[in-house]
Amino acid sequence: MTTAPLTRTTTGRTKRTRPRDRLTLGAGCVVALFVLLAVFGPLLAPHDPNAVDPVNVYAGPSATHLLGTDDTGRDLLSRLIAGTRASLAAPAVVVVVSTVLGTLLALTAAWSGGWLDRLVSGALDIVFGFPGLIMAVLVAAVFGAGLTAPVVALSIAYLPLITRVVRAAAIKERNLPYVSALQLLGAPTARIWLRHLLPNLLPLVLVQATIGFGYALLDVAAISFLGLGDQPPDPEWGLMVSNGAPSILSGLPQQSLYAGIAILIVVVAFNLLGTGLSRRLLGENA
Amino acid sequence: MSTPPLLRIDALGIDLPVDGEPRTVVHRVDLGIPEGAAVALVGESGSGKSLTARSVLGLLPRGAHVHGEVLFAGESVPRMRPERLRTFRASEVAMVFQDPRAHINPARGIGDFLIEGLTTARGVPAAEASRKVTAILREVGIPDADRRMRQRPHELSGGLLQRVMIAAALAAEPRLLLADEPTTALDVTTQEEVMAIIGEARRARGLAMLFITHDLELAAAVCDRVPVMYAGTTVEELPADRLRGRASHPYTRALLASRPSVSDAGAELRSIPGRPLSGFEVPDGCAFSDRCPHVRDLCRNERPEPGGFVEDGTAACHFPHPLTSEETGSHA
Amino acid sequence: MSPRFVVARLGMLVVTLLVSSLAIHGAMFLTPGDPATLLVGGSRNPDPAVLAQIHREYHLDDPFIQGYWHWLGNCLQGDFGKSLVYRDSVAALIGDRAGTTLALVVYASLLVLAAGTVIGTVAALRGGRTETLATTVTAGAMAVPTFVMAVLLIWLFAVRLAWFPVYGSGEGFTGTLTHLTLPAVALAMTWIGYVAQVTRTAVRAELRSEHVETARSRGVPERTVIRRHVLHNASGPVFAVSGVGIAGIIATAAVIEQAFGTGGLGALMIEAAAKQDMAVVQAVSLVFVVVFVVINTAVDLISAALDPRAARKGAR
Repeated sequence: MTTAPLTRTTTGRTKRTRPRDRLTLGAGCVVALFVLLAVFGPLLAPHDPNAVDPVNVYAGPSATHLLGTDDTGRDLLSRLIAGTRASLAAPAVVVVVSTVLGTLLALTAAWSGGWLDRLVSGALDIVFGFPGLIMAVLVAAVFGAGLTAPVVALSIAYLPLITRVVRAAAIKERNLPYVSALQLLGAPTARIWLRHLLPNLLPLVLVQATIGFGYALLDVAAISFLGLGDQPPDPEWGLMVSNGAPSILSGLPQQSLYAGIAILIVVVAFNLLGTGLSRRLLGENA
Repeated sequence: MSTPPLLRIDALGIDLPVDGEPRTVVHRVDLGIPEGAAVALVGESGSGKSLTARSVLGLLPRGAHVHGEVLFAGESVPRMRPERLRTFRASEVAMVFQDPRAHINPARGIGDFLIEGLTTARGVPAAEASRKVTAILREVGIPDADRRMRQRPHELSGGLLQRVMIAAALAAEPRLLLADEPTTALDVTTQEEVMAIIGEARRARGLAMLFITHDLELAAAVCDRVPVMYAGTTVEELPADRLRGRASHPYTRALLASRPSVSDAGAELRSIPGRPLSGFEVPDGCAFSDRCPHVRDLCRNERPEPGGFVEDGTAACHFPHPLTSEETGSHA
Repeated sequence: MSPRFVVARLGMLVVTLLVSSLAIHGAMFLTPGDPATLLVGGSRNPDPAVLAQIHREYHLDDPFIQGYWHWLGNCLQGDFGKSLVYRDSVAALIGDRAGTTLALVVYASLLVLAAGTVIGTVAALRGGRTETLATTVTAGAMAVPTFVMAVLLIWLFAVRLAWFPVYGSGEGFTGTLTHLTLPAVALAMTWIGYVAQVTRTAVRAELRSEHVETARSRGVPERTVIRRHVLHNASGPVFAVSGVGIAGIIATAAVIEQAFGTGGLGALMIEAAAKQDMAVVQAVSLVFVVVFVVINTAVDLISAALDPRAARKGAR
């Protein structure tokens, strides 16, 4: 009762939400920028990202090489831009696959209930008990280095993240009176799913996918950093961090640092966008 | 009132910081409680009655600013130093809160909760404190006290928990009991039992009480005097037995008319138009002006001061309701 | 905590371990070629005689379940097979490196428990600028990827400031401590941030809770209120999230060991994976998964014991 006057302050609320919305918008712009770089990167890079220049190794920033060059004289800015596609594409696949499969699984489990629901939930708990990174290393050992196997492993490892949340929401939605009303009216299940359940769950799915993307990017980059994902001379960011590691000892951290910062920016942007979307679309006070 | 009251609240105002700006949540509260008497502070949610009760304990949120005076046995509560405030809370005033389930630590045992006030705040040895609270538990109608003391809050019903809370308050041997809607979270039959327990304990101890409620009828039944609060202001104060017939503030009268009553079963039930305001939303004039059926220009521009219009009571109204002959006839 | 919950949780543990080990063993049959080639250790043209021997040793020609059962039985007896790449028994390889990983994980876990809870608690109790600062710094710590943090720490503290050795795992207690400090900090950083934020939220929620108001209203000294009510009640969620943190540390130890050249189990697993030395990868990932799952289960059980239903119900 004593807090009522505190929460009722309409002016206070707008004061607090406005900078947050701006932050979300900013994060969205950063995400959009990197998506554009991923699509058009090779056209935008000032130099050939793989062009070796033995005379110009470890060059500092200059007009021709804005961020300098690496241990073999390759232009760092061009490599970062060209690497955007490789760095973003793999986590995108992970997120799309796990989101689509996860949403279907969640809807099926929530819709049928009973033993199928328990089976799905139990299976997801087991998958959740298996760290994604270790799963990725295991399949990388089977299939050899390369991104395909780890991406498949991560897609499975990310299933519980999306499925649990969507399943809970789908059960709630399924129990709403309008769903029984539609069923009584004889609406086919597929129609109820496509026209009602999915559109109502879509914002939640979108938010989960956005937040999941940041984590997936981290995991994919970590796998490349470990040498089990993308292989040299690809300019994937995780790989760049590990490529640059030896020269750090000579006091030249540029390559690792810039690639690390690129990862950091994208991860933070996706996280901020995710929490912002969740606030806007789901009205959560994250 | 010939003897000086145990508690006197004089022109109490409370500002709370909202986004760094102070907001006046309580404008003006005046009331007094003589030793051993019961006073019911009546008001709707957000009227500031709970804050008023907490100000008696100096228990306001961080950053709250108090003006006016709260005097307990002649001593100013707002001016107490932290150490004095602590001993004051430990021994002079005890509070029974609305929702025992939230107000009793769920992660600790019942016995622990009961003796805590004595052991940590007053240095009573645990064994002695246990003996004492066991006796009080029996008094408030919990016979298997030893078993209950070993239980956890979630194992007890709401009614039992509220008895535990009352027992904990009584264990401190206070001179004044603050009861903040002690029955609102309970079901109806339990409500009556809890009120009866409080009444008995008060009689046995000569304990004064400030009873916070939104229920006028209940207030009139258990208390001697009834101050009525609206939007952070005590708008009327009068003896409980005169409430029905002699209320002169339009808000009090509207409240009475909006409550179903067994005695007036045939009477029309009216709601008050508009919504109740919080203290900080109040316009310059009378807080009730935009809902009052008898509003005039003066009401919108000037805030009324409390004044005596009826025998042994005050009302803060420019145009207090004159008594009709019918009312004097039927209720006098 | 009901016995039913304990039994259900332990049952879940056993099922998870069985399914995980099945997946670990089964993974090698996903290979398009002969699984035996994975156990030789990636050599291009293995000797057919060696392959035949491996088929016998690993029961590769038996039905899958029999082979799995055989492998699992051996693992339970501490026999993880032989690594042809390292020319040593896998158990010995693991034994040599487990100590380093254990030290690293314990070190990082202690850092998480100490720094995370202290930062979170102080931030919540102090409020104001301290809280803003702590929130910002911990959010930053959470955002930096572990391997980037490793690179940053190496550059800053090993190269620029030369406070700590760069690579290796060191000899003796102090040697190990100095060698493992940077890896442990890098490994702990994300989780320190996470635990600090959860602690801060939990302590703040308790500070504002009604039962704390009750305690204050009774004249209980503020220090006692903080200890008996605020910290005591916040300890449940803090413990649970610390457990999640420790499990997370185990799952990412491999990345840090690789980044710092700390010769532990994680580095062994990565190396073996790169060389497609399947016997080692299977054994080490089994060890990691077992520890990960056991810790998660233990945390669940202890949380349930610490935080009876009432604590959650009451915190509406």
